Amino acid sequence: MTLTTFWFTVIAFLWTGYFVLEGFDFGVGALMPLLSRNEADRKQVIGTIGPVWDGNEVWLITAVGAMFAAFPAWYSGLLSSFYLPLFLIVGGLIVRGVGLEWRGKVSSRRELALCDAGIVTGSVLTAFLWGAIFGNLLYGTAFATVLGGALSLTLAVLHGAVFVALKTTGPVRARARMAALLASVGAVPAAVAALSAIPADHGSAWMWAAALVAVSTLAAGVALAWRRREGMAFTATATTIAATTATLFGALWPAPLPGLTVAEAASAPYTLTVLTWIGLIALPGVIAYQSWTYWVFRKRLTSAVSDISVH
Amino acid sequence: MDALDLARWQFGVTTVYHFLFVPLTIGLGVFVAGLQTAWLRTGKEHYLRLTKFFGKLFLINFAMGVVTGLVQEFQFGMNWSDYSTFVGDVFGAPLAMEALLAFFLESTFLGLWIFGWDRLPRKAHLACLWAAVIGSNLSAYFILAANAWMKHPVGYEVVGGRARMTDLWAVLTNSTALAQIPHVVAAAFVVAGGFVIAVSGYQILRERGLPLTPRRTGRGLPETPDLDATVPLRRTPGMWRTALRGALVMTAIAGVVVAGSGDLSGQLLREQQPMKLAAAEGLRHDTTAAPFSPVPGVEIPGLLSILAAHDPNAQVQGIDDIQRRYATSFGTADYTPNLPVVFWSFRLMIYFGMAAVGLSVLGLWLTRRPRKRRGSRTERPVPSWFARLCVLALPLPTMAIIAGWLLSEIGRQPWTVQGELMTAASVSPGVSLAEVAITLAAFTVLYGVLALAEGALMLRHIKAGPEPAPAEPVRSDPDAVRLTPTLMY
Ligand code: HDD
Ligand code: HEM
Ligand code: HEM
Repeated sequence: MTLTTFWFTVIAFLWTGYFVLEGFDFGVGALMPLLSRNEADRKQVIGTIGPVWDGNEVWLITAVGAMFAAFPAWYSGLLSSFYLPLFLIVGGLIVRGVGLEWRGKVSSRRELALCDAGIVTGSVLTAFLWGAIFGNLLYGTAFATVLGGALSLTLAVLHGAVFVALKTTGPVRARARMAALLASVGAVPAAVAALSAIPADHGSAWMWAAALVAVSTLAAGVALAWRRREGMAFTATATTIAATTATLFGALWPAPLPGLTVAEAASAPYTLTVLTWIGLIALPGVIAYQSWTYWVFRKRLTSAVSDISVH
Repeated sequence: MDALDLARWQFGVTTVYHFLFVPLTIGLGVFVAGLQTAWLRTGKEHYLRLTKFFGKLFLINFAMGVVTGLVQEFQFGMNWSDYSTFVGDVFGAPLAMEALLAFFLESTFLGLWIFGWDRLPRKAHLACLWAAVIGSNLSAYFILAANAWMKHPVGYEVVGGRARMTDLWAVLTNSTALAQIPHVVAAAFVVAGGFVIAVSGYQILRERGLPLTPRRTGRGLPETPDLDATVPLRRTPGMWRTALRGALVMTAIAGVVVAGSGDLSGQLLREQQPMKLAAAEGLRHDTTAAPFSPVPGVEIPGLLSILAAHDPNAQVQGIDDIQRRYATSFGTADYTPNLPVVFWSFRLMIYFGMAAVGLSVLGLWLTRRPRKRRGSRTERPVPSWFARLCVLALPLPTMAIIAGWLLSEIGRQPWTVQGELMTAASVSPGVSLAEVAITLAAFTVLYGVLALAEGALMLRHIKAGPEPAPAEPVRSDPDAVRLTPTLMY
């Protein structure tokens, strides 16, 4: 494998990490009002991602930073040609991040509602737009754009619902299970449509295999959520997102932008070599301490019993 | 106005805005970690209360730093695609390292700290905060190394119209970076110190029932504190004095580093960015024993030469002469930055910043330990007028640090990468005027609203003061969601 191929794979890996991890916290953000009847429920739902969402978002920053360093022309071409959608994504991430961080520090109902509006809008908008951008990049048609957006949004919602079901107890957990089943009504057809089109147009055997893995783990995830096997269901939906991202990056190889090949976009071998060393040293550590975080917060969140109402 | 002008405005507005929050994160994080360490070592309850109080303010601010930083990461590609393609090979590496080595550390361990109060052993919990704080400071290192490369490019060659890195170590140990990093980081500690000083001054006044501004009152009428009377005061003798003195020490030490490294930056300017140095004085011609004007019209002979070379007779290049030399070597163009902005930002940086440092030295003197006199060891109280001054000085360090960036970035114009790439050649060719205009307007509105919200939220938490200490250290069920706004989230 050449250095260029290797770095393309690393970037695909970083995007995969981003979509798998922030995928569920987008879903949690989008579903928050639907899963809650009162403030206690909302706290419970948001509490599932409280400690981890910022760490999840750094996967995006790293993916984008690595593209900048390893494939400058890809980075600048992609970002400048999807100017307005990316602006909306950044805006969505801003209101979402501020909403999540400030939610526990405001006091009036009105302010809580504003934070929630930021969280929901930011989550839905961003989850939709990522898929839309990549759909548009691959096909350039309005249909592909909408299909891509629908796929990423519904997968995120499903993944997030399964995550909430995994991390909570009581009524919220039951509602999250229902939400997961409902989300699958959109996610399954969108996934089948998108994941049969992409390998068909790019036609390599491993992409067919990846697409197949994606669709079958999606079906398995829904079935497992139905049977309340949430841990397994979450593993399945995570695999769906990972396999979908793999298919996507398969389609972006070897020309991640129209008229630009990976080889043309790449930095010189020296840069790629030092980046490789840095990545090899840093990434295992990152994965280790992020895993530890999930271990520390492994228990289900129970709802607050002493219901002190929030002014 | 064309797309280039708007893109420059957009970069300036969003970056300055990001940098309003960054220094507080860098410096306040360390301060809070210090408080928590003091609590663990001494067991004194007021350290815990201060940790939680400033920790909350730190987190409100941190949120803004994070979301505005995201914009920066995207902005190079969105607005400056030709620049990004040209420099990515060199410039992208520190950015990628920043994300991998610093941001992951910072965000992951901060999450553990915020939510880990009841879940982690005390020492591990404290270690999480230190890890996050080290992450913040490390991020400053990498991003500033990238920024320094634009001022003084090293460790690269240009091949086929693109810069290519030849030596990462040279980029990371760029002389400009080694001067700039301590300068900016220490300046961040001045900002954070100034913040804690102002908050402590305010709380000291409040405990004494004094208003912020001495006001004339009617005869015989008691002065009513103009502070939120609905919030009950919870007095802890000495707590704010402790916070104040800690911050005074931090600011004074940081002030020394800022001055020393600023001096070093000045020396480097003479060799690396002579135009910026000339513009900072408005010096027209190559001059030996170049003067410095503290204000326009007053010249102190030889001072600029001292600043730039530690030699009152050293030669400093002048604007017109540099312009002529650049035109010969780089082709005809205007190589002069905006002179009044560069002139004033240089002075305001030094004046405002050093005023804040001076305040901290004054405060340390006013509250110094009295000489031991036969048993009586009463501490000197913080004078009320000084506490007022502390509050009034709040904006000074921030204005200084922003002025510093204006000097640094506007003084670099018209170059994006000194001697290699002009700003006009950096902008995204495919992005239209309308697109930049829309996003610039939207950012301005969004940022304005968020700034007001953050200010209001901060003020409210400052007014509410620290939470009372629990009578008994309760370990609540860590997995039960709490309804009342808790200490940390
Ligand atoms: C609290 C803030 C603060 C204070 C008190 C000072 N500075 Fe500063 N200065 C900054 C905050 C700052 C800054 C925002 O951090 C800058 C902008 C970029 C940089 O590297 O640091 C800066 C840049 C900067 C530069 C330009 C470096 C370059 O562009 O390459 C010079 C020459 C100085 N400073 C010199 C000084 C001197 C001689 C000071 C006083 C003794 C001083 N600064 C105090
Ligand atoms: C790594 C850090 C930084 C990098 C790489 C960087 C790079 C740039 C670039 C590419 C531009 C746009 C083109 C131009 O007008 O030159 C710019 C302009 C500018 N930057 Fe920086 N910058 C950095 C940090 C900062 C910070 C922290 C501030 C202030 C808080 C700042 C303030 C400005 C301003 C005000 C402009 C507008 C200058 C003008 O239009 O004349 N920069 N910088
Ligand atoms: C213009 C170039 C810059 C870029 C591309 C940039 C990028 C970013 C990004 C993406 C984040 C969010 C990280 C997260 O989610 O945790 C961030 C936050 C941060 N940045 Fe910047 N940044 C720039 C300028 C600077 C400078 C000059 C400094 C320091 C001197 C700095 C220090 C920090 C710190 C400490 C944070 C932590 C969050 C906070 O501020 O509260 N940044 N930056």
